[in-house]
Amino acid sequence: MDFLRRFARNKGAVVGAVVLACVVLLALAAPLIFPETPWEIVGPPFRKPGEMGFLLGTDTLGRDVAAGIAHGARVTLLLSLVSTAVALSIGVVLGAVAGYHGGWVDDVVMRFTEFFQTIPNFILLVVLVAIFTPSITSIVVAIGIVSWPPLARIVRGEFLTLRSREFVQAAHVLGQSSPRIIFGEILPNALSPVIVSASLMVATAVLLESALSFLGLGDPNLMSWGYMIGASRTVIRHAWWISCFPGVAIALTVLALNLVGEGLSDAMNPRLARKARA
Amino acid sequence: METALLDVEGLVVSLPAGAERLHAVDGISFTLARNEILCIVGESGSGKSMTAHAIMGLLPQPQVRATGGRILYQGEDLLAAAPARLRALRGNKLGMIFQEPMTALHPIMRVEAQIAEVIQHHAPMDRAALKARVTELLLAVGLPDPERLRRSWPHRLSGGQRQRVMIAMALALGPDILVADEPTTALDVTTQAQILALIRQIQAERQMGVLLITHDFGVVAEVADRVAVMQHGRIVEIGPVAQILENPLHDYTRSLIAAVPRLLAAPRPPSADAPVVLETERVCKTFRQRSWIPGRGTEVAAVKNVSLALHRGETVGLVGESGSGKSTFARCVVRLLETDGGAIRLHGTNIAKLGRRALRPHRQRIQMVFQDPYASLNPRRRVGDIIAAGPLAHGVPRAEADRRTHELLALVGLDDRAAGRYPHEFSGGQRQRIGLARALAMQPEILVADEPVSALDVSVQAQVLALLADVRARFNLAMLFITHDLRVAAQVCDRVAVMYRGEIVELRPTAELFADPRHPYVRDLLAAVPGRRWLPAVGT
Repeated sequence: MDFLRRFARNKGAVVGAVVLACVVLLALAAPLIFPETPWEIVGPPFRKPGEMGFLLGTDTLGRDVAAGIAHGARVTLLLSLVSTAVALSIGVVLGAVAGYHGGWVDDVVMRFTEFFQTIPNFILLVVLVAIFTPSITSIVVAIGIVSWPPLARIVRGEFLTLRSREFVQAAHVLGQSSPRIIFGEILPNALSPVIVSASLMVATAVLLESALSFLGLGDPNLMSWGYMIGASRTVIRHAWWISCFPGVAIALTVLALNLVGEGLSDAMNPRLARKARA
Repeated sequence: METALLDVEGLVVSLPAGAERLHAVDGISFTLARNEILCIVGESGSGKSMTAHAIMGLLPQPQVRATGGRILYQGEDLLAAAPARLRALRGNKLGMIFQEPMTALHPIMRVEAQIAEVIQHHAPMDRAALKARVTELLLAVGLPDPERLRRSWPHRLSGGQRQRVMIAMALALGPDILVADEPTTALDVTTQAQILALIRQIQAERQMGVLLITHDFGVVAEVADRVAVMQHGRIVEIGPVAQILENPLHDYTRSLIAAVPRLLAAPRPPSADAPVVLETERVCKTFRQRSWIPGRGTEVAAVKNVSLALHRGETVGLVGESGSGKSTFARCVVRLLETDGGAIRLHGTNIAKLGRRALRPHRQRIQMVFQDPYASLNPRRRVGDIIAAGPLAHGVPRAEADRRTHELLALVGLDDRAAGRYPHEFSGGQRQRIGLARALAMQPEILVADEPVSALDVSVQAQVLALLADVRARFNLAMLFITHDLRVAAQVCDRVAVMYRGEIVELRPTAELFADPRHPYVRDLLAAVPGRRWLPAVGT
């Protein structure tokens, strides 16, 4: 309750949460509003928004842009959530192990992490997807692989400070096992910054997925916002609506996720937030 | 008496809405005369620091504000003064010393520049005069070698030296009033004695009025002329030091004084005939800081050849100043730190070099109580789970672990419902009880207590010490009791080992050691205990 009140104190975060809720609703309701697949040709091409009952117009082949956006929301949200989960599972485990054990384990894991950080994110992503052939699994895994290093660093930092705290020492004295101490004692106390950065990571994943699809490296069987922009970029001068609306959808979703992330960060570090505002 | 230097009338400091109480300071009045030391003494949350900060205009506004009363400095109301006027007074006529010498100095300014800054701001002078003035001040606060010290960075100085630099800054312009907020709390006892003597001496030389905030009745007995006792934002009693200490009128003052441990050890029956449960033999621990450049690494020998035997049912105190290695030794004994040499024998088994797995069965025999009640309990776990975690890790069935938890909660004086709550819902003293219950849940034979009461207020401290004594007698525990407070050591220990620079310099029965210290360092240590000549009357 208290947490919600602190979250609500940040007005931007509330707006973000509302927008995000709308996007999620749209994604859930997509099969009800637009029962056919978004690939279905439903009318003449290049209809302007509002013409012939197409709210957002039709694209170069006569597919409904609104249906594309609704179904695209499903794909985009699903991809970004799952890929964030992949990044979380890699980042948290590696960061926890490095921070908890310290010493040479820490050195090895951190050099490995830096190896990933020195390669430009997107280039690595393109290479990975190209090697594994574009499919929903390869895209999810690839986005996960390029986004875990910052998480690992955050978790490691938290563990480094927490492992010398007295309650962790008490756990050692009680004879608890290492996995128990890592996951039972330390990790719950390290979660706040992880949750905040994970929420921002979802936003980054949305952008990465859109960029991949824009380049034509998306899953060819899935309608996504990035694909819609990519496919219609050649006709942007006489059919702006085909690329504009998916673009707005991406921008709104990413903005909403960022706002929510900031709100979470405020709510979880109330002291920090108060200082920033004063 | 001439007119008061500082006259506080009905001061009210309000706390933000939703705080524990409405007012941090609730209508207090007192005066501070020239040439006297007034001690404000109280437990944490009594509003004593807020009073000091209100006088200096340092309240964390706008959340915490002075909402009533007046603070008159020679007839001028400081609460109504314009910020510019306050700035002119602060540092010039009103000096302040803070509690934490480690953070009160600017970390990247040399000592000279920090002191010179104060002078230049209020009374600009040329460089030669400034330099002479800084040197003079450093000499006045008893810092050796001012020429070298002037050029030092704060991190090169010890805590006591930094506090002296703070005092030099506060004195730079010859203030009328010096406000000292717990100036010696973060210092070792010998350093504390020096700083208190310095404050006393400077106060007398310059005829200043000193307002000293403290929680320690020993400090009060040492330096105060007059004492004000604060509780819940109110002054319950104010008067000359002799009257307050020897003949307190208010019940709260009486209970506070009764809770101060007496620096007098009762002779105890020797327990040498009881079997030895823990024996350490020439335990060594060296901290190494490796460096990439060969030969540039540093080594600190924290514990050197410490040998000690602990009998069943006996409490051995490990006393020393910070850096003496007492906590390091305790952590070696419970195997939180690896030793570099020597043996730790638990019932004859050397556990110093046992691996993780081989060590596990021995773990439950030796348990630890930690210093910081706020850091030693996992904030994300319920109290019941915290206490049951140890037995569960050793294969005790859930039902049995829960039964033990409930028994122990009752034993340490907590409600049964406490098991379902989180640590933050408890006070410091209650958390320390939970920490003790966690250790006892393992049914240990040896309890290592690392400064278990040093973070607690004096009245809570007395309760926790009583509980420890009760538990020790009930389970016939052997206890290794680490403390920096000689008063506490005198109360709880059968024998006391004094550590100095990683070595035990004297280990003897408590009463003997206090009556007739042999080692020169131990003598210094005992002589430095504040208010050692004052024996608090036993509570009635």
